[in-house]
Amino acid sequence: MKTESKLERLLSQGHFVVSGEIGPPKHANPEGIKKHAALLKDYVDAMNLTDNQTAIVRLSSIAAGVHVLASGGEPIIQMTVRDRNRIALQSDLLGAYSLGMRNVLCLSGDHQSFGNHPTAKNVHDIDSIQLIKIVKDLRDEKKFACGEELKGNEPRFFIGAAANPFADPFEFRVLRLEKKINAGADFIQTQCIFDMERFEKFMAMVRERGLHKRAYIIAGVMPLKSAKAARYMQQSVAGMIVPEEIVSRMEKAADPKAEGVAICVEQIKHLRNIEGVAGVHIMAVMWEDIIPTIVKEAGLYPRPKVD
Amino acid sequence: MIIAEAKPLAEVAGLINDAQKILVVGCGGCVTVCLAGGEKETGILAAALRMLRKKEGNPLETVEVTLTRQCDPEYVDMLAKYVTDDIDAIISLACGVGVQFLAERYPKWVVPALNTKFAGATIEHGVWEERCGLCGECILYKTGGICPVIRCSKSILNGPCGGSQNGKCEVNPETPCAWQLIYDRLKTLGKLDLLLEIQPPKDWSKSRDGGPRKVVREDVRLA
Repeated sequence: MKTESKLERLLSQGHFVVSGEIGPPKHANPEGIKKHAALLKDYVDAMNLTDNQTAIVRLSSIAAGVHVLASGGEPIIQMTVRDRNRIALQSDLLGAYSLGMRNVLCLSGDHQSFGNHPTAKNVHDIDSIQLIKIVKDLRDEKKFACGEELKGNEPRFFIGAAANPFADPFEFRVLRLEKKINAGADFIQTQCIFDMERFEKFMAMVRERGLHKRAYIIAGVMPLKSAKAARYMQQSVAGMIVPEEIVSRMEKAADPKAEGVAICVEQIKHLRNIEGVAGVHIMAVMWEDIIPTIVKEAGLYPRPKVD
Repeated sequence: MIIAEAKPLAEVAGLINDAQKILVVGCGGCVTVCLAGGEKETGILAAALRMLRKKEGNPLETVEVTLTRQCDPEYVDMLAKYVTDDIDAIISLACGVGVQFLAERYPKWVVPALNTKFAGATIEHGVWEERCGLCGECILYKTGGICPVIRCSKSILNGPCGGSQNGKCEVNPETPCAWQLIYDRLKTLGKLDLLLEIQPPKDWSKSRDGGPRKVVREDVRLA
């Protein structure tokens, strides 16, 4: 065990883990986060707190993580390199650890042109792989990015990274995943999987290179709420592949929400049988309340207790 | 070269509202090549400003000069004879360097007529594209001659990010993904192994983050 992370403990014990995502609000009231955390804590092993997702200003992921902890949940704070340079990122890592965070997901972040401050100056001082290495060096070498020794307690984070099997160039995606693992990623959460065939191919390449034995791969899923949402993601969201079959299933459904849940549950059952998949990450954007239903229907409830 | 484009006429006119006589100064360097600030554009801008002011019943007198370059003191000095007492303002059709050089040299109200955009090149007649981020430490040998610092929207040194699809950048479907280009190029060259190395954080102190930069060549200094 490298860290005190509950997520790491469960993964190391061979449990098929479940994580869920909570999007912090666009205001300073934490009641929604607390409510969702309380609702999800018995159904997921850890909760991702997004970091100004889609480049829209929201309550900070670290602050949200504090509310999750207080509600009895295990937070995974997301951290993007879009808004902070290496000084601010390391400072926030120290601060987050001091507040009880034990998991961090290192991301580049959506470009600010998609958010509510498109005229902002972005940072991108470092990239996501460099952030992974910085978190690892802080933890395992007790060194800051500048090489200076950390005199005192080091932040011992369980380090996460993202992988997108649906972006291009496809052949390079597994190699980039390997780079992230080489940089220090302990676990990987993938982009939402709709194109199962492509994901299977991706995982075959992952296994071929033995990467599933070097990092825990948690497969991302997203329950669709409507046919319109499915079509939008198919056509307008970069780095996402939604097969026509799924969109048409949603279009034909009498109860699209129920169909979205059914598809998601099928996907989870499929993913459980893919060698090298260590868990699922449920991203129910603006629909966090549905996560317990999905977890139950997928046969993943109750969640294991930590030894 | 430095690529610039003309500011809207109304904006420039608004900056010299109070002037009766102005000096309009073109530049024979980069901005001539990118058709933004050469002799021809200087003449057109001066004429347009005169016409606009005439229409407003507030006639404007213009003197037009195009220097070989506005970024060299010896050329800027040549402007001295035109900067007479009755000149109320100087309009520079150079990049921001030229505007600053004129302002430093002459005690007049100097205004830019162009917006300085980037270091780029001509893609086709009338189309210019950014190719260099002027970061001060070239890494093009690592990336197959394609610059991720400026051509990747996130300046990723270990790309591509998760938004690259069908060879395009997520930010704009007309922008090629720099990392797709890098990948394709290095694959053709048989040098994909270059991409497997983790590139460390960049030293931005060599870029403008270290304050204004200076290059000194002692071997060619006169004094």
